[in-house]
Amino acid sequence: MIEYTLSILVHLALVLLLSPLVTGFNRTFKARVQTRRGPGLFQPYRDLYKLLRKGMVIPETASWIFTATPFILFVTTLLASLLIPSVTAQAPLSLFGGVLAVVYLLALGRFFLALGGLDTGSSFGGLGSSREMTISAIAEPALMLAVFTVAIGAGSTNLSIVAQAGLSQSWRFLAPSQMLAFAALFIVLIAETGRIPVDNPATHLELTMIHEAMILEYSGPYLALIEWAAAIKQLVLMTILVNVFFPFGLSPDWSPVPVLISLGLFLFKLLLLSIIVALVEVTNAKMRLFRVPELLAIGFVLGALALVSTFLFQG
Amino acid sequence: MWPIRELYSAGLLVYAIAALAGLSAYLRKTHAAWVASWLCYASLTGAALEFFASVGALATGAEFNWSLPSGIPFLHYGVRLDPLSAFFNLTLSLLGACVAVYSVGYLKHGVAHRRPGLFCCFFNLMLLALTLVFTASNVVFFLIAWELVVVTSYFLVVTDHESEETREGGMLYMLMSRAGTGLMFVGFLLLATAAGSMEFQALHGSGEKLSPGVGAAAFLLLFFGFGVKAGIIPLHIWLPAAHPVAPSNVSALMSGIVIKTGIYGMARVFFDFYGNTPVWAGMLVLVAGVVSALLGVLYALMEHDLKRLLAYHSIENIGIILMGFGSAMLFRSFGHPQLAALALVAGLFHTLNHGVFKCLLFLGAGSVLQGAGTRNMEEMGGLIRRMPWTALFFLIGAIAISGLPPLNGFVSEWFTYQGLLAGFGATPTLTRMAFPIAGALLALTAALAAACFVKAFGITFLALPRSENAESAIESPISMQIGMAGLAATCVALGLGATWFIPVFAPITQNAFGVQISGQLVAGNGLLLTAGSLHNGSVSPLVLAIALLGLAGVPLAMWFVLGRKSPRTIGPTWDCGLPGLTAANEYTATAFSKPLRMIFGALFRPRREIQAEFDVSPYYPKAIRFASEIQPTFETHIYEPLRVGILAIAARMRKIQTGSIHAYLAYIFVTLILLLIFGVRE
Repeated sequence: MIEYTLSILVHLALVLLLSPLVTGFNRTFKARVQTRRGPGLFQPYRDLYKLLRKGMVIPETASWIFTATPFILFVTTLLASLLIPSVTAQAPLSLFGGVLAVVYLLALGRFFLALGGLDTGSSFGGLGSSREMTISAIAEPALMLAVFTVAIGAGSTNLSIVAQAGLSQSWRFLAPSQMLAFAALFIVLIAETGRIPVDNPATHLELTMIHEAMILEYSGPYLALIEWAAAIKQLVLMTILVNVFFPFGLSPDWSPVPVLISLGLFLFKLLLLSIIVALVEVTNAKMRLFRVPELLAIGFVLGALALVSTFLFQG
Repeated sequence: MWPIRELYSAGLLVYAIAALAGLSAYLRKTHAAWVASWLCYASLTGAALEFFASVGALATGAEFNWSLPSGIPFLHYGVRLDPLSAFFNLTLSLLGACVAVYSVGYLKHGVAHRRPGLFCCFFNLMLLALTLVFTASNVVFFLIAWELVVVTSYFLVVTDHESEETREGGMLYMLMSRAGTGLMFVGFLLLATAAGSMEFQALHGSGEKLSPGVGAAAFLLLFFGFGVKAGIIPLHIWLPAAHPVAPSNVSALMSGIVIKTGIYGMARVFFDFYGNTPVWAGMLVLVAGVVSALLGVLYALMEHDLKRLLAYHSIENIGIILMGFGSAMLFRSFGHPQLAALALVAGLFHTLNHGVFKCLLFLGAGSVLQGAGTRNMEEMGGLIRRMPWTALFFLIGAIAISGLPPLNGFVSEWFTYQGLLAGFGATPTLTRMAFPIAGALLALTAALAAACFVKAFGITFLALPRSENAESAIESPISMQIGMAGLAATCVALGLGATWFIPVFAPITQNAFGVQISGQLVAGNGLLLTAGSLHNGSVSPLVLAIALLGLAGVPLAMWFVLGRKSPRTIGPTWDCGLPGLTAANEYTATAFSKPLRMIFGALFRPRREIQAEFDVSPYYPKAIRFASEIQPTFETHIYEPLRVGILAIAARMRKIQTGSIHAYLAYIFVTLILLLIFGVRE
């Protein structure tokens, strides 16, 4: 029991500490590719620290929904991360909720975030909420088809079991179904984490914002929680991508040496994926909002093809 | 021994007495408010008795039969409380009880309060008729009860008959219901001919005794007949017309349970009268489910009338229920009783869950309607400050209907997904592709539902009031709050305590497929819900909820350590430097759904009209008028030609409808002769 509690705490610490680093790496790497100096790898930590200590302004139109939202968003995202194996093949809470619970916990956080956007009474909040809910809705079929492909391949929706099934067949990721599902999920990752070409996290023009427009009225500690939750959500989706499709190196238990190797490999896999995401971002221009459904339709078709190839190639 | 029979009969008796008392109060012109209160308490008593009867029947597994001869051939006043009936009766009595409490306060205002006796008479009569529909064991008696539901609910819908919209909605409901009953009637006759009896027990498995062609015809007739009531697309058009115009407590029961009589009929036919069905039948139900779910939610998104929006969501949820039923039928066809049981549990559980949260949402809409005096969301806003409890209950309903954890909607959608997932491996050839595609579209439906309820809750309750009515809204009386609180608590209880509820389905799946799945669906000392086995996947709403509460320590600790001393000021929302934020700056419901209206433009065919008035330059308009509407595709492309066709035929029929009694007597005589010649062969 103590070991179990400890594993949860270690997992939590890892997720909380690693997620700003992924964001920081993404920004720094993009800056370097664009031959800028960039803000530095550890800037997100400094930002969060500063925001948590700052004062905040609550809009006078807002109700308790506005106050509850940062907490609900943070907690649901954090819980979702506990359902996914990161350095050990057994995620701490994967028995209590599989991949469907991950998707729906993230949806619960988003539900409140969108309400928080509407609660301020400004047009920008409503605009952000409307766009965020639209894009997440049309991303859902692609996400679910990719998830189904993975779950059907492993015969389970429990992500620990999925990862362990992947471990026992190390070349599994080369199967066409897995590659297609990976591609579909990658498109969903871009859309869900608000990356270019779907959304621009660094934009300063309200009318082009999606995620940022929703949280325009948040400041201080609340903004810190929301930013941190966004970073954790990005880590959650990236962990699904790297550990479900490329689970090699995951440690079977908490003995130190395999865990360290596993941690190293996990960081390396995340690094590669972040580089790909950053390259996609710097080589594309932001799409018009009504082009996004086409991108997500590609994701849907890829997911459907992944399933068809599961059935055709039995793998 | 639980006195099931006594409780059941006493419940019916209370309903009947309350209905008579209501009628006599109306005839004596006693319109005092206490009439309504007492009759609502009577409904509550009746519902409570029925509730305990159903719980008893489900808990003990006892089945009771009871019948009275009628003296009319084929008709017995027979009732049977088997597990399936008891489950639906449980749903009915639970919702009926909460709505009865709500009605105590609700009937103090509004149109129904002018004739409380008459309203309560029909209200109790409808509860009585619904109980009989769910428990009748004879085809003729079932149809009589069915028609009684139609008639009583029609009168309740048209309570506000002075408004033309109400009369039209009611008439459409009546017409569509009659058409549905006609289809059902023929379907039942075909089955009864095969079984040689009108008793439900004799009809068990009678679908196979028919030749394939006739069996298929009977199946289709019954599916579409019950489908009208359930509101599957394209037979749904009465639903968004009739539900919103009814008083809100009636709308709540209409969406919560009256349309479920269609689902009950389908469950009875698909899993009792048919021991097995061909693959196409299961596929038809699955596809009808997917289409209804997706189109239902898409149309709901375009509504800014709060009650019409909820009515379209009923269509969506009926679709989700049918996805469960359709996959159960497919699994049975391919010989997987375990999976069929899983999918049936998903469908039935969603039936109950939808009843609870939809009832809650309609009651919430009723409170809003009474508090703010409008159904139009564009005139609401900021109600969370004036109606905090209603807002909280509506929010719980909104989270539940969006299928978000840890509430009850999540649990039944989770089971539906698991059924669809299992379908890929368990069915041959291309049939298997239907399951994951259905799953993906279910995911889309659920996400769109979440978007729609962000809109419904956000525009109605949050930010600034958009009209004077919304500004002066008042919270509902305590009885209405208690009614909603009961349903909201049920949403939470059925979500967190799902593992303790699942065993209820054991006898139902046992009767349908000979499998008691519920033991396998629960694991880990009643903590985990599983998809047949732990390996296939498991979820625990209770642990997730506890973990969410526990994890709240993390942000709270961070705030306590770092941000506790930081100042917290209240200031105006950023308005781009304009002089003050007004309600005109807020996002509207129409604007909120604009991106989806454009993305699904091929379906909606939106039309908009902008007129600007200006003095000097077109860049400085004095006033702008904006109108936008979507094309009601089914109404214009299917029902309009149908209506024109029926009227044309009716115009020709007029020639034989002379109005002369002699002619009619001659028709009757000729018909009698023909029947004697062709009908009596022996």
